[in-house]
Amino acid sequence: MTTSALALAEDVRAGRRSAASVVEEHLEAIEAGDGAIGAFRLVTAERARREAAAVDAAVAAGRDPGPLAGVPVALKDNLCTRGVATTCASRILEGWLPPYDATVVRRLRAAGAVAVGKTNLDEFAMGSSTEHSAFGPTRNPRDPSRVPGGSSGGSAAAVAAGFAPLALGSDTGGSIRQPAALCGVVGLKPTYGRVSRYGLVAFASSLDQVGPLAATVADAAAAFEVIAGHDPADSTSVPDPVPSCRGVLDEGVAGLRVGVVAELADGAAPDVAARVAAAAEALAAAGAEVSPASVPAAVHGLSAYYLIAPAEASSNLARYDGVRYGLRVDGPEVTAMYGATRAAGFGPEVKRRIMLGTYALSAGYYDAYYGQAQRVRSLIIADFAAAYERFDLLLGPTSPTTAFPLGERADDPLRMYLSDVCTIPSNLAGHPALSLPYGSGDDGLPVGVQLLGPALAEPVLFRAAAVLEGSGR
Amino acid sequence: MTPGTEAGGPAGWEVVVGLEVHCELATATKLFCGCRNAFGDEPNTNVCPVCLGLPGSLPVLNRRAVELAVRLGLALGCEVRRSIFHRKNYFYPDMPKDYQVSQYDEPLNVGGALELPGGGRVRIARAHLEEDTGKTSHAGASGRIHGAQAALVDYNRAGVPLLEIVSEPDIASAAQARAYVNELREVIVSVGASDARMEEGSLRIDANVSVRPAGAPALGTRTEVKNLNSVRSLGRAVEHEAARQAALLTAGDRVVQETRHWDEDAGRTVALRSKEEAYDYRYFPEPDLVPLEPEAGWVAAVEAGLPPLPSARRRALERTPEPGLAADEAAAVVAAGADGLVVAAVAGGVEARVAVARALNEVAGRPGAAGLDPGAFAEVLAMEGAGELTPTQAKSVLARLLEGGGSPREAAAALGYESLGDDAVAAAVEAAAAAHPQEWARYAAGEDRLAGFFVGKVMAATGGRANGRVVTDLLDRRRG
Repeated sequence: MTTSALALAEDVRAGRRSAASVVEEHLEAIEAGDGAIGAFRLVTAERARREAAAVDAAVAAGRDPGPLAGVPVALKDNLCTRGVATTCASRILEGWLPPYDATVVRRLRAAGAVAVGKTNLDEFAMGSSTEHSAFGPTRNPRDPSRVPGGSSGGSAAAVAAGFAPLALGSDTGGSIRQPAALCGVVGLKPTYGRVSRYGLVAFASSLDQVGPLAATVADAAAAFEVIAGHDPADSTSVPDPVPSCRGVLDEGVAGLRVGVVAELADGAAPDVAARVAAAAEALAAAGAEVSPASVPAAVHGLSAYYLIAPAEASSNLARYDGVRYGLRVDGPEVTAMYGATRAAGFGPEVKRRIMLGTYALSAGYYDAYYGQAQRVRSLIIADFAAAYERFDLLLGPTSPTTAFPLGERADDPLRMYLSDVCTIPSNLAGHPALSLPYGSGDDGLPVGVQLLGPALAEPVLFRAAAVLEGSGR
Repeated sequence: MTPGTEAGGPAGWEVVVGLEVHCELATATKLFCGCRNAFGDEPNTNVCPVCLGLPGSLPVLNRRAVELAVRLGLALGCEVRRSIFHRKNYFYPDMPKDYQVSQYDEPLNVGGALELPGGGRVRIARAHLEEDTGKTSHAGASGRIHGAQAALVDYNRAGVPLLEIVSEPDIASAAQARAYVNELREVIVSVGASDARMEEGSLRIDANVSVRPAGAPALGTRTEVKNLNSVRSLGRAVEHEAARQAALLTAGDRVVQETRHWDEDAGRTVALRSKEEAYDYRYFPEPDLVPLEPEAGWVAAVEAGLPPLPSARRRALERTPEPGLAADEAAAVVAAGADGLVVAAVAGGVEARVAVARALNEVAGRPGAAGLDPGAFAEVLAMEGAGELTPTQAKSVLARLLEGGGSPREAAAALGYESLGDDAVAAAVEAAAAAHPQEWARYAAGEDRLAGFFVGKVMAATGGRANGRVVTDLLDRRRG
């Protein structure tokens, strides 16, 4: 299925197709194809049918069914869905049914979108391959022997496989953009605070953002417009109104100053670097002023990230203690119960990061680790600010490589962590960044290029992405 | 203040105490969510995803809690600053997120002081906002943690706003520790920050206690004493702990820095955990909240809206006209919240002592006391002073005002205490004299004790509504 989300929505809104038939068609595709991919943790077929019927009823009654009327959406399984299991791909949340919907889930439903299921991820979004799911890996629809990337691998694979034209993911260090790149779809990590985090199960609170994955730039823009905007339930939410992104897609890039970031391209494989160069040429051909750029502190991003993110995670994941919900493994007293529950409930990557983060925050080490990482973060923000005095947006690779084989990095955490080296700086800066497919690598697998902008520059990113999308990859 | 100036400590030793007081703020809702902040409701009825720390939930700061915290901070003379929240990480079943959102090195209120009624000044290091925890009760055999079959947790209290008020170690005795808490409670209640009821846990105290040889400049090793459930417990615990430490040091032993539990029944403190066993709270800035930056104009407006503080109210009472009020009387009146009544009555010419007696004995603590208009109170006492009401009648009128309001004259009339007009009284006097000519002749001849006879007759004839002094005057005038 290659029909775009917006085309489907237009058909449903105009009464040319029923939401029910659109949803049914996608449910059938999932049923037929997801056994080989494993994109979904849970398919909520009955709910989807009910919601589709509601959309059709709205259309029949002459009510506005919303801009995403009848569009099937896949939700990463770290987004809370009322009454529907939300596992974060962890044993520790087994059996927990959230009593509320995440703000983004509510906004999608209000826009007429229909959630078809919850997608697989690395446990608590910690990973870059979706192999760290407690319930088994997801495979890359472009080559099932390869990983889809992660941690939003299930959402990226669902869009790439045509199971849903739209998906939501979360991005803490690249978890939307890297799987989008590896699966050949569009993925946006919005400005920190642009999309509400209420109902997103926290990994690293100062870095997490929810964003869309889609087959086309316009679909991603439409989904972004729906989920973005101030939410009083999230204190870090940005109050500014959401500008139109769909409305600027055809404005082109003439006169835009584009910097190709040396530090991001340096570590990329030659075939990936070649596609970044091709994208730079395409933007120049469309009238952008393209020149080299430097964000020197970005090279320290990975090190800072692997202190800040685990530190926050060690605190965010403390609540999974067996007392109130999820898994409980009993012990003779409460401390033993905590230990047994967490030992059984968390996988090795999550444990590794909890230990790292706990250590980084410990008395006597705080300043050397967490404090130092925050100082590096300030440097990165300053270097980006300097770059954005000269450039309207920056360009680089999304992932240093194309999709790698399952198992290749699963036992080599440091090598796995390097998968996010190009995406992490935007999270540390709180800036938006978008990955879109731009041709293939030597192995024939998709290559993603990444557009980076200053805070709230999403419309500019979408403009440039639309130019690249139309430039014949 | 100078430590060691009060009696009661172990001989040869100075007692040094600093107090950490947790005060639950009297907001309608919790610190980070819209759940009711109420004491005594059914367990786990005032809860939501936020205060239960459910995955994906996020805190949103309660403006009213900030306002009450700033009110109290300003009342304590603190500087209100830009502040941030931190997470204090430790595992405990009654803490839903297994961290407490608190303030650490950048608290909201910094550097105040509290003047004690009996003299002395205790500096306040800081007063910061944080969330309360839930409450655990141990079910089974003993009701205590050891041997319990199960633990039951009530999260109604989880997320209730607290202000932790940390004093400097300026308190030099058990008596002064009690005085500090009593005065702090006065301030808290007067600014409306909390009901400050220790018995309901809306005011909770931990005491840091150390001793040092009299005159020594350096502080001794301190212990932190917990489980102080009343001001009386605080006093006993400080006395006991100071004596315990002095005995240790006198015997050549040393004090171990540790947390100790006050056992009210046994009247002693017992070790809970040592410094080595203390939690590493791994504080770090709470990423889910933005910095709290009270705007200067708003802080000024909050300050301008503060009521007069207990110390100022006491000073106002002590300045009442001669013979004035003693410090302890003034303190009692302020503590009873009756100073507004006393000031109004004194301003109306009533003697301070009478005003205090009526305010404390007839009004303070009774239902409706808060609604009694000080002007009405003053008028009743003025009527009493003018002889229009007997003392007993004045008390009845006050009681009626507490019940129903209305004006003092309306209340007196409704009770049948309204004095008759002078003409009616004069007529009653004439009638009494005419009805008892022999007695009148004797009275007119100088037998003064018969005045009482005629007053009684007049009162009987008027149903007690004549003013006794007016009757006496008329009788005197009539006999010439």
